[in-house]
Amino acid sequence: MARAAAVVGTGQTRYANRRDDVNIPELAREAASRAIEDAGIDPRDIEAVVIGSGPEVFEGVNRPDLWVGSALGQAGRPVTRIQTGGTSGAGATIAAFYHVASGLHDVVLAVSYEKLSDGIPSYSFSTLSDPFWDRGFSSGAAPLVGLQSCQYLARHAPKVREDHGAMVAVKNRKNAMRNPYAQLQMEITVDDVMNSSPVASPIKALDCCPLSDGAAALVIAEERRAKKMASRPAWFAGLGACSESPYAPNIDMAYPESCVRAAQLAYQMAWIYDPVRELDVAEIFEAFSFQELIWTEALGLCNPGEGGRMVESGVTAMEGEFPINPSGGVLSANPIGASGMIRQIEAAMQVMGKAGAHQLPGVRKSLAHSWGGVVQFSTVTIFAGEL
Amino acid sequence: MAAAEDKKMFLVIESGNVAQPFRWSAGTYGSKFLTEIRDNKKFWGIKCPKCGKVYVPIRSVCGPCYAEMTELVPVSDEGNLITFSVVSFGFVDPSTGKQKPVPYGYAVIKLDGADSYLIHYIDETDPEKLKAGMRVRAVFEEDGKRTGSMMDIKHFELI
Repeated sequence: MARAAAVVGTGQTRYANRRDDVNIPELAREAASRAIEDAGIDPRDIEAVVIGSGPEVFEGVNRPDLWVGSALGQAGRPVTRIQTGGTSGAGATIAAFYHVASGLHDVVLAVSYEKLSDGIPSYSFSTLSDPFWDRGFSSGAAPLVGLQSCQYLARHAPKVREDHGAMVAVKNRKNAMRNPYAQLQMEITVDDVMNSSPVASPIKALDCCPLSDGAAALVIAEERRAKKMASRPAWFAGLGACSESPYAPNIDMAYPESCVRAAQLAYQMAWIYDPVRELDVAEIFEAFSFQELIWTEALGLCNPGEGGRMVESGVTAMEGEFPINPSGGVLSANPIGASGMIRQIEAAMQVMGKAGAHQLPGVRKSLAHSWGGVVQFSTVTIFAGEL
Repeated sequence: MAAAEDKKMFLVIESGNVAQPFRWSAGTYGSKFLTEIRDNKKFWGIKCPKCGKVYVPIRSVCGPCYAEMTELVPVSDEGNLITFSVVSFGFVDPSTGKQKPVPYGYAVIKLDGADSYLIHYIDETDPEKLKAGMRVRAVFEEDGKRTGSMMDIKHFELI
């Protein structure tokens, strides 16, 4: 049986399209120092470090774990690096949780970062796919998610429409105005999104996340220490991670099995039967607007085909019955390797009551989601304010 | 600190035009798949002994069954459009160094006789003219110009 563990401190950098004032270790340390300070502990209390970051080729470096860890207190401690694309950051948190839940360590630091401005993403993304079968046909995540969004819209038309994606983009950029770390804080209209330049149909410029430099970190502690460190720790109540075979016959990008399964595992562990009633808020990895609708369905927060209604009726707005991405989500900042952890941090902060201007009232349980690869990796984390 | 000052103060180093050559092995079945397209303009799939599903392009393991596949089966050069995106931002193909002209059609295709999906270009750049389920056919590169790569198929066209 796993030991109880909780997030006791979090740290984020401001997300920006370019941070020339810091190199990679300095960027990562900025978040790590803030998390350690937020937990109110001495850096020497950290017993192990887990690092998450995206593909090395994004920054044109190799094995950053060789030189990032020293800035994060790795000296004399075990260090692990996780790399599963978009789920790297969430994966680092999950690995750090294992360190504590297993009883091996009492206090563990998880740090994630990405510095996309160091490279040219359209070049590096083009090398991510298999060199024989998939390479050369596209670059970047937008064409892939264009395929996914097209499949989703075709399946649920006319119930789900293209402007439902635009409504997500409007909502999340507006939510971001209350988040001091967000990169894109914009008041835009559905028409602005619909009229923005085409990128990869049905995705248009304002349906896309920005490219970001940024880092995130959190401190996880076992029960006794956690209760001392934080007045209201965010307890890990449920975890689910699942991957699927991206080349398998009949893979369904519009209702991805890895996400459905990860959610089921997390709900089972957290004893959640009716997620939309039992949870209070969700932070979802929507790199492109249509994905918020797709993941909302795959996470079981509404029935398939109901994603459009969720945003149109205001259910998922900041003031709605089930707010999604009060932080502004990935549409407002996407340091890829960190984005999954940022969702967990935002979900944990809601439970801890530390989300500042975008804090929702009375959050008892929250959900954080992330996806990676060619929509083949999914993670779901559930936090609770009470053990 | 003013933005102009920032720029003067913080140094960056640039890599310049770096090139690093690689060579990738296609494997036994991958080689067969690509040489059949190059030499005979024919598609082959591979069948899972457990679930009976046919993979195109060829892979050696069925992921869900975790079973090794060895049985090759012929498949058609025609199939159905599963989903698509008309892409409007270009990129440099890392295999050739060439810039891809935009817009272009990007598609997921299921060939007749196959169960898995193939990624390729579709020769249509108006998303209004494309619909899932449409019939498509492979258009091969001319004889003598095929080199044993997926680019030996120029694109798929609507039938």
